[in-house]
Amino acid sequence: MSVTSTARELQDDFKEASVKDRLNLLLDFSENLPSLPAKYSDHPDLLERVEECQSPIYLFVEVEDSRVKLFFSAPPEAPTTRGFASILHELLNDEPADEVLAVDDDFADTLGLAEAVSPLRLRGMRAMLFRIKRQVREKASA
Amino acid sequence: MTVAPDPSTKFQSYAHPEVLVTAEWLSSHLADSNLVVVESDEDVLLYEVGHIPGAVKIDWHTDLNDPITRDYVGAEGFKALMERSGISRDTTVVIYGDKSNWWAAYALWVFKLFGHEDVRLLDGAREAWTRAGFSLTRDETPTKASEYPLVQRDDRTIRAYRDDVLAHFGNPILDIRSPQEYSGERTHMPDYPQEGALRSGHIPSAVSVPWARAVNPDQTFKTRQELTEIYEVEKGFKPTDSVIAYCRIGERSSHSWFVLKYLLGFENVRNYDGSWTEWGSLVGVPIVKGEEPGLAPVAR
Repeated sequence: MSVTSTARELQDDFKEASVKDRLNLLLDFSENLPSLPAKYSDHPDLLERVEECQSPIYLFVEVEDSRVKLFFSAPPEAPTTRGFASILHELLNDEPADEVLAVDDDFADTLGLAEAVSPLRLRGMRAMLFRIKRQVREKASA
Repeated sequence: MTVAPDPSTKFQSYAHPEVLVTAEWLSSHLADSNLVVVESDEDVLLYEVGHIPGAVKIDWHTDLNDPITRDYVGAEGFKALMERSGISRDTTVVIYGDKSNWWAAYALWVFKLFGHEDVRLLDGAREAWTRAGFSLTRDETPTKASEYPLVQRDDRTIRAYRDDVLAHFGNPILDIRSPQEYSGERTHMPDYPQEGALRSGHIPSAVSVPWARAVNPDQTFKTRQELTEIYEVEKGFKPTDSVIAYCRIGERSSHSWFVLKYLLGFENVRNYDGSWTEWGSLVGVPIVKGEEPGLAPVAR
């Protein structure tokens, strides 16, 4: 499935849910965030911190054969941040670099989450996408 | 009828021992019909991950703030929130949350704007509960029926606006942010996003006491004697002083406000919730950079 159609599906899933169910959906995502493989959990120095998030989250991007692989690390006591990371993982992982770069920078604002979590908190998700794209750009051209 | 206070020895030396409870006390009072437990967190999903059995969630961003105006909910909004939380005017409310109770203290402060009499914090915050061996649940809390009166918010007694700060110069101001925010190196605490202010530094004459100095590593409040040593002996604040506390948006300063007002018994302490996100962007107000408080301008 293309990034565009996954994005549309995510938007539909969130927007069709009530505000309360949007939180539950975000919680599901949070719980399904893949854990970090040993090569990164043993090397926290390789990860980039997303400073814009309230809670500590680290990410790492690999680009192999023009496909993007995403890795995140965030503590269980930061479920909202984990949820944001997991949505982006669902949307972007294993997708072609050019499609990842083409994702709307305002994607975080298209899920109807502002009402459920507050606009201030959503800034963390925008920042994650921004940092992912920057790493993809750097690594795709390397 | 409110619920009798927690008689724990540690609390007895505080000016208002009745404002704190331990996890043990709380666990044995969960069934009290006139007690409601409220969780208030920085992370909006943490309650859903697991909460104290029977607790309701009140989120500072989405429940206590007006969605349009930068302000708290008004009389109607607070009444509706209380009624959907099962809280009546005489209910004993115990609030707890993540991050050493910052947001719990902020919620408590908003309850006090509406004059709710009996609001307490769980000493040691959310972690105190699990550390004491009690479990959290995902069970949905059934809504209790309650009626709450329409109460006008009192914005004079414990809340300061920017004009109050300008008129306050010459009296003590407490800056509870990190040393880097105080000196002007950052506009938000380390490891948090830089945000929300066009200038960095502090309000002239404000004394720096980072909020975390009031708590132990396990997030419980320090003893009365330790707190007196910091605020009164080291920093020279007096319980009879009129004090204004501020931070970035008022959450960490609610925590220090709670310490001064209830644990040390300061009579006149206000929280400037506009805080640095307002002051640091206001046109024409004085600020000071660096580690020294600087001189208080003439009050206006």
